[in-house]
Amino acid sequence: MQELTEIVMVFLILANLWLLASSRLMVCIRIVACQGIVISLLPFLINRHLLLTEFLAVAGVTAALKGFVFPWLLRRAMREAKVRREIETSVPYSVSVLIGILILAISLWISSRLPMPKPELTELIVPVSFFTILVGLFVIVSRVMALSQVLGYLVFENGIYAFGVALLLEQPLWVELGILLDVFVAVFVMGIMIFHISREFDNINTDQLSELADWNSPEKEGRR
Amino acid sequence: MNLILLSLGLLCLSGFAALVTSASPRWTSRLGSWGVILSCVIGLVPAVKVLGDGPAQFFKIPWGIPLGSFDIALDALSAFFLLPVFVLSALAALYGQTYMAAWAGKKPLGPVWLFFNLLVASMVVVTLSRNGILFLMAWEIMTLASFFLVTFEDERAGSRRAGWIYLVAAHIGTAFLLALFVMLSHGNPSLDFDRFNLPAMPEYVKGILLILAVIGFGTKAGFIPLHVWLPEAHPAAPSHVSSLMSGVMIKMGIYGLVRMVSYLGVLPVWWGWLLIGIGLSSGILGVLFALAQHDLKRLLAYHSVENIGIIALGLGVGYLGLAYQLPLVAVLGFAGGLLHVINHALFKGLLFFGAGAVAHVTGTREIDSLGGCLKRMPWTGVTFLIGAAAIAGLPPLNGFVSEFLIYFGAFRGASSDGSQALAMLAVIGGLALIGGLASACFAKAFGIIFLGEPRTDHARAAHEVPYGMRIPMALLAAGCVGVGLGAPLAVKILIQVLPVATGLSLPVIRGVFPEAVHPLNFIVLLSAVLIALAFFIFLLRHAMLTGRHVQKAGTWDCGYAKPGARMQYTASSFADPLTGFFGFFLRTRRHLDAPSGFFPKEAAFETKTPDIFMENLHRPAVEKIYAGLSKLRWFQHGRLQLYILYIVITLLALLVWKMR
Repeated sequence: MQELTEIVMVFLILANLWLLASSRLMVCIRIVACQGIVISLLPFLINRHLLLTEFLAVAGVTAALKGFVFPWLLRRAMREAKVRREIETSVPYSVSVLIGILILAISLWISSRLPMPKPELTELIVPVSFFTILVGLFVIVSRVMALSQVLGYLVFENGIYAFGVALLLEQPLWVELGILLDVFVAVFVMGIMIFHISREFDNINTDQLSELADWNSPEKEGRR
Repeated sequence: MNLILLSLGLLCLSGFAALVTSASPRWTSRLGSWGVILSCVIGLVPAVKVLGDGPAQFFKIPWGIPLGSFDIALDALSAFFLLPVFVLSALAALYGQTYMAAWAGKKPLGPVWLFFNLLVASMVVVTLSRNGILFLMAWEIMTLASFFLVTFEDERAGSRRAGWIYLVAAHIGTAFLLALFVMLSHGNPSLDFDRFNLPAMPEYVKGILLILAVIGFGTKAGFIPLHVWLPEAHPAAPSHVSSLMSGVMIKMGIYGLVRMVSYLGVLPVWWGWLLIGIGLSSGILGVLFALAQHDLKRLLAYHSVENIGIIALGLGVGYLGLAYQLPLVAVLGFAGGLLHVINHALFKGLLFFGAGAVAHVTGTREIDSLGGCLKRMPWTGVTFLIGAAAIAGLPPLNGFVSEFLIYFGAFRGASSDGSQALAMLAVIGGLALIGGLASACFAKAFGIIFLGEPRTDHARAAHEVPYGMRIPMALLAAGCVGVGLGAPLAVKILIQVLPVATGLSLPVIRGVFPEAVHPLNFIVLLSAVLIALAFFIFLLRHAMLTGRHVQKAGTWDCGYAKPGARMQYTASSFADPLTGFFGFFLRTRRHLDAPSGFFPKEAAFETKTPDIFMENLHRPAVEKIYAGLSKLRWFQHGRLQLYILYIVITLLALLVWKMR
């Protein structure tokens, strides 16, 4: 069992790095979907006493949402907004991967210093969840398109979920469902938003959104 | 105290009721203004009771806010400042009901009444509060409510600019007050005023506290050079608001100063000198700048600076009297300064109402575009004349009484031994100069606006305003005459106030009081004779003219064959000898296209007097700060991703720092 958990952890690390290296939007959506399914099944890997109906139901809904509904919503948004299939990034892919490795190192270091309530858990789950959170944030910061920011947000949420699994094995059901609802609404709304952004601006790059700000920098004023 | 709380509740309630009924301009104005009037009448009852020898009233409930409590008290000093707040607010509300009707249907009036009522309520709380947090909250609500009233006509760039200047100035003042209260609360579990035990503090700390107080409260009061917001904000606000702001809101600065300083125990000698210096500079420069203005409300705003200067002179004389143990001088100085607070509320409220009435019917505030309004608006003209005479400090009106008390105190101080004599002589000279210049300034304002012939179609369109605006003006004019003729009685209400303000004991004050007010009896007698004489001359003229043929001719036609209205004196030409004499301070910019040739066609002459402090002190300072801060602009580029990056980096850094 321990080995299986560690294999899953390694898979999550690789999925994050792959996400940073990949230039195709479809691939990224699939990676995030797979990651979502794996993470939603994580509680059962760590503690098999949890095989109760309601936990199973929650895990099933989570997996269905993260694995199928979100990718479907994102693909639909892609299609309707006629998004380019290539991810635009302000940080090159190779540098992204290097930064990813740096983030992994930081996460490992932080979790080695964190006081853990249950040390008998697999040691990898805390650093991996940190890693996933930070990679999600990094994707939000570095990628230009609004769609990839939704992906970053989902990865970020996956990381939080994994961290929650690591800390509190018996999370209250309602909290879980509430978070899930939040994420669902967020992705749904962002899908609609992306459509509108693309209609107004002809593309969904967020750097163009800063044109809406009250204050424009002198260099931008000069460019006009 | 229950009545005061009822009045406060009613103010807030009627304000929100006005906001809710904003769809109907009639109801929103009715609810807003009658709410203010009713609550002011209710509030006046306990204030008058406390002033008339009643015991101080207290009310305190604990509060969840750290250092704060809802601690209010009504003592004589609070009641004294509440008097003008309630009286002028009620009249301004009555005036505003008619005045704002011009905007009905064009602009929503609900917010105006909400902010007006909140402004009144916050001023009441400022005068009552005995806790630093409550005081600062009320102070801030007062600033914000008046900010929204100043920017009422926010479609005009000038109003927005005035609003920003006011907001920035007010918050710089509040920043100093915050520092003041933080220092006062040092080592105390709460900011209740009665916990300040300050006399034990070292002398230099007291000095810092005094400086903080004079800057913080002086910004609101309008001491030069902190006055720059007044000439901007007062003209921009609707007239009933300018009269309220100028008549009572800036006095909250004076109240705060007197109240805070009363906790500091024995004061250093330089404090009196400082206030006299501030008073002289504010008074003289304020009236000089007023002389050079062309906008009536701007002119009145500079006169507020002048009158705040006179109040500061009175307080300065009082504090010097305290420092040199001259109780008579102290009582006279404080009595003059404090009475001038009420007097200024009366006549400045009246003058702003008059200015508003003129601007309301003619559509312009430019003095040079008006003329001949007295015949068309007799009520406004006569009440404005009474206000003008009062502000110039002429007998038999109220301005003379308070200035006389300061003069008397200064003469007493100058004739006593001690180094204060020099300051007292400066006060006498300064007050005389201020009074003379103020008379000249109002001779100009009244003469150009109300006398002569109409200069433009604006002035020809003038007609008398409705009763809703006339009645407040008439009541205030009656107040000016009443305080002038009832001076000994008016001064008597100060007996309870002076112990709080000065720290002297009541018996000491009762001991010197008869000597202080004795000359007022003569003054009242002489005033009565003066009025009787004027009435007699009026009757004589009437009697001599009846049955004779009276010919009417144009004013100031200088013997020309076909004189035009434009040939009359203008405001600038009337004031030119004086502004020219003080040209060194005023730095008036002149632009002259002189007529040339034998048959000159076009010629133009223009003068503009910008505020030297705004131009040479505040604007360069603000520009420097702005240039310095705009270097940080690269940090605020509007790129969302980088903002998130800042957050991530901050969080990570904190986490790493904690884990270290």
